[in-house]
Amino acid sequence: MKKLKSTWYNMACVLTGIALVAGAALAFVNEMTKGTIQELKEKSEKAAIAQVLGGNDVNVQQVDTVSFNDCKFVVMNAGDKGVAVKSVDPQKASFGGGLTIMVGIDPNGSVLGYSILETNETPGLGAKAAQWFQKGEKGDIIGRNLTDGELTVSKDGGDVDAITASTITSRAFLRAVNAAYKAYHQTLAVEENNTDGISGASQQNNIK
Amino acid sequence: MNNMKVLLNGIVKENPTFVLLLGMCPTLGTTSSAFNGMSMGLATMAVLIFSNLIISLIKNLIPDMVRIPSFIVVIASLVTILQMVLQAYVPAVYESLGLFIPLIVVNCIILGRAEAFAAKNGVVNSIFDGIGMGIGFTIALTLLGGVRELLGTGMIFSFPVFPENYGALLFVLAPGAFIALGYLIAIVNRIRKS
Repeated sequence: MKKLKSTWYNMACVLTGIALVAGAALAFVNEMTKGTIQELKEKSEKAAIAQVLGGNDVNVQQVDTVSFNDCKFVVMNAGDKGVAVKSVDPQKASFGGGLTIMVGIDPNGSVLGYSILETNETPGLGAKAAQWFQKGEKGDIIGRNLTDGELTVSKDGGDVDAITASTITSRAFLRAVNAAYKAYHQTLAVEENNTDGISGASQQNNIK
Repeated sequence: MNNMKVLLNGIVKENPTFVLLLGMCPTLGTTSSAFNGMSMGLATMAVLIFSNLIISLIKNLIPDMVRIPSFIVVIASLVTILQMVLQAYVPAVYESLGLFIPLIVVNCIILGRAEAFAAKNGVVNSIFDGIGMGIGFTIALTLLGGVRELLGTGMIFSFPVFPENYGALLFVLAPGAFIALGYLIAIVNRIRKS
């Protein structure tokens, strides 16, 4: 077959044709994989809730959604097991942006566990956050009580070791943990009909 | 052209990373560990084979003046499909490569091979060129990732070789990528010339 000439008619037809075929192929694959991707997401979220609350039979009794500072928080209350807070930060606070984490907090305000759901951090650097802050690791935050004040990296005067060469990620991560606690308090404040529910210390009595 | 010759051409004689010096951005960016380098190489190879196949099939339908946008649409669609498939069926690779997967679209090896090879050769030859270039790229990235991971953290494929404390973090960071790549290119050139 001879090559098509570069006339306006040919070019317009070919480009439109390619775009249509490509669009159809993408729609088809999207339709095929959509279900599996959604399932995986739900599964990993369920696993994350169980993991951060340190138990398998976690029963989420109540789900609240809070938004502040352009971030979205889903507070999943599991009664005396504590709460799992999903913190979605679409902003560029972290190095790659779009950091979504799940934090487990017990009724006394201590960190039970965390899990990183979505991250765009650099593999080998910021992406290390998935292990770095776990129990026994260098930046261990498990068991830290959030009623004592916010967690900050040592560079900012705090006492949490930042991930080597990834201070921005570490800051964004700790900010998300602190904000998750704040979001948890806001939901408590709504329940207790208490307008002064944001500051940490004054809320202690309201935690059951 | 002989298919074996086309295949070897991509792996040795015209290795995209060490000889053509194409695709430097993913090469430097993703090779912080051997596993990341290898995953990136394999993902690129998959796109490369299919883009070479499709472009060699439709090369006569595409008028010369719009060939670049046409190629890019084909490549971008393939990459998006790859991203969705990885996310659904190989989530481990999807998570480790993260934002580097969409960037395969602008990997100049793929557009380069489409332009320099697939647009001028038959379907079978183009597929072999895709496989050869893909293997060459994968080997180069795995090698570079392995060197950086070993010197930086004392591990290869997360398997400890020497204690992490002796590793030079520099090699996991960007400057280490340039240094390691420079030395690897020098070594490969020395071997090729002898």
